[in-house]
Amino acid sequence: MTEQHITEQQEIEHLMQREYKYGFTTDIEQDIIPPGLNEDVIRLISAKKNEPEFLLEWRLKAYRHWLTMTPPTWAHVHYPPIDYQALSYYAAPKTADELAEIEASKPQSLDEVDPKLLETYEKLGIPLHERAVLAGVVQPSNVAVDAVFDSVSVTTTFKAKLAEAGVIFCSFSEAVHNHPDLIKKYLGTVVPAGDNYYAALNSAVFSDGSFVFVPKGVRCPMELSTYFRINAKNTGQFERTLIVAEEGAHVSYLEGCTAPQRDENQLHAAVVELVALDDATIKYSTVQNWYPGDEEGKGGIYNFVTKRGDARGARSKITWTQVEAGSAITWKYPSCILRGDDSVGEFYSVAVSNNYQQVDSGTKMIHLGKRTRSTIVSKSISAGHSQNAYRGLVHIAKSADDARNYTQCDALLIGDRNGAHTFPYIEAKNSTAQIEHEATTSKISDDQIFYLQSRGISEENATNMIVNGFCKEVFNELPMEFAVEAQALLAVSLEGSVG
Amino acid sequence: MKLLEIKNLHAKIGDKPILRGINLCINAGEVHAIMGPNGSGKSTLCQVLGGREGFEVTEGSVTYDGKNLLELSTEERATAGLLLGFQHPVEIPGVKNIYLLKEALNAQRAARGLDEIDTFAFMKQVRELTKTMGMDDAFLHRGVNAGFSGGEKKRNEILQMLLLQPKLALLDETDSGLDIDALKVVSEGINMLRGADRGIVLVTHYQRLLSYVEPDFVHILYKGKIIKSGDKSLALQLEAEGYQDILEAAS
Ligand SMILES: Nc1ncnc2c1ncn2[C@@H]1O[C@H](COP(=O)(O)OP(=O)(O)OP(=O)(O)O)[C@@H](O)[C@H]1O
Ligand SMILES: [Mg+2]
Repeated sequence: MTEQHITEQQEIEHLMQREYKYGFTTDIEQDIIPPGLNEDVIRLISAKKNEPEFLLEWRLKAYRHWLTMTPPTWAHVHYPPIDYQALSYYAAPKTADELAEIEASKPQSLDEVDPKLLETYEKLGIPLHERAVLAGVVQPSNVAVDAVFDSVSVTTTFKAKLAEAGVIFCSFSEAVHNHPDLIKKYLGTVVPAGDNYYAALNSAVFSDGSFVFVPKGVRCPMELSTYFRINAKNTGQFERTLIVAEEGAHVSYLEGCTAPQRDENQLHAAVVELVALDDATIKYSTVQNWYPGDEEGKGGIYNFVTKRGDARGARSKITWTQVEAGSAITWKYPSCILRGDDSVGEFYSVAVSNNYQQVDSGTKMIHLGKRTRSTIVSKSISAGHSQNAYRGLVHIAKSADDARNYTQCDALLIGDRNGAHTFPYIEAKNSTAQIEHEATTSKISDDQIFYLQSRGISEENATNMIVNGFCKEVFNELPMEFAVEAQALLAVSLEGSVG
Repeated sequence: MKLLEIKNLHAKIGDKPILRGINLCINAGEVHAIMGPNGSGKSTLCQVLGGREGFEVTEGSVTYDGKNLLELSTEERATAGLLLGFQHPVEIPGVKNIYLLKEALNAQRAARGLDEIDTFAFMKQVRELTKTMGMDDAFLHRGVNAGFSGGEKKRNEILQMLLLQPKLALLDETDSGLDIDALKVVSEGINMLRGADRGIVLVTHYQRLLSYVEPDFVHILYKGKIIKSGDKSLALQLEAEGYQDILEAAS
């Protein structure tokens, strides 16, 4: 494949006038490697995690490659250069070392987790109900959660129930120890270590993340979910997620993200790899609510993420659904490589930007197999002084007979100081391809708001009604409970943007 | 009982005075028609009463149902029973008509301390109203006014009115753009609202609507003032003679 530095990228700037609800920090002792990046730091990370040699070698190779690269500049975002030597590449709650040691024998309860962490997750509304469930106090929620706090995965709920079904859902570090063969087999096969600047950095220094393996023929009995949270100051978060669905397997996975409110920008450079074998289905949903910065553009997360799914097997299907509300800068292009014949790729996205947020997001659909189909539905909502760009590539390779793509890009503007941009790229190397592209731009007008108000609906609800109507096609793709969360999130994100 | 009392109302947009001393009193049970040449300020009056931003009230007072109307937000006016029927209803694609109807009704109910309406009861009520208004149920699932014809938009305004049962309906040219059958349907809808405890204001250019919905009073608005008031015969006189004599007599 020549293509593609399929990557994701973005960055940016600033501000929001809403109050960021998750802007608390948790006061716990942290085990932090001092700022700076060199081979020794990487060796230290690897040693702290007690990693096998092959992984250290992989990291070092990625690092050496990264040194030869330069940050991408093509995205429609602006930010001052990042000083990578000023960042710390590992931060763990102090108790994590102990946690790691007892990991294997750890009872499947939250008892030994620092109560402050649990409090944090409670504030975040994460359903870590395992204890209560075991005590018979509440009904089991049908969602299993892996929570990643700064660099370390804190706990994974419902392991037992999943294990029964043969599903592996654990932190990446745990997988490295317990399932090294699977890691070796699949790591970096979708997003190679040197894929792009941020992916290379991630490969060198990634700290933790989630691992999911759904064996042949198994339909994962519950939604899997990871909540990421950046807590420590001046740290980057580099998590790595790998999901493998074997032949005929089904899995639905949701990630949620928040970060405390800080004046400095923080870097989040994650990598997500999905592998779907014959007839497998992976549905990956994201509700991203990283701190976007304040209303003058100060602080906020730089969210430079590489997400890619490999629909490797025939008739496999990968669906990305994302609601991107936070981050100062978003640079993100969840993509699908449609390698298997008759494989399907879908991308449903809502990207909201307010104040001085910058979004450059979209997808790449790489059609390699015959009769492969892809659908792209992108909805952008821009308010305040924000910039919101859709960037998409549909590539139909010579081998992809009878491939089809449908792309729909809709932009909704609130106010007139922001910008919405669309950069659709189409490369069709096979004349049997059918490609459709539709785009619309609309604006919430004062007349519309007044009309709804004159029917007794508050200005805020009026805006929400219009925004939700606009996003409906994407929300419909989210698991029910997260659709509700996403709607609420949009309402908060756009607070005060009208009128 | 006085429902609405407007005293010496002046309003401007930017530097431009548009309403220049309006006096009008509407009692419960009455239907008033407001007529007047294009550009005389009829829609402006409706918008100011509805609480539209951009218009500045420079003088005068408006009392609605015992309250100072001008102090209320648009949505408070609406939930207090004031309904504005628009001359040009705006299109809101993406927001389903049925969703608007439900939100609007629930907003009214919430203001009165009632629970949200039961979905089954709501659907039943709405289906009856679409029938009354001669509208296909498919309109409920389209975006609010999105792609509706002029006449369909007006029917939709009356449908909302009948659902919300306002105390005071201000209907700005609800009859314009209607074909003959639609005019009848819309008129019947307005007559359904008519009642001893309600007031209706019809802004119109044509006698035709007034022959279906007979007004108790007819006012002529000109250059931001009511220059003449009378009973329904005033509308007939206008139809026969045009504005010229009346405007001349008034100046
Ligand atoms: N936003 C605005 N900016 C400037 N002038 C305005 C604005 N809105 C209304 N006007 C002016 O105010 C005057 C009254 O307009 P209005 O729409 O109230 O008239 P009308 O009596 O409803 O007319 P019609 O019978 O044509 O509907 C007109 O001269 C109009 O141009
Ligand atoms: Mg008018």
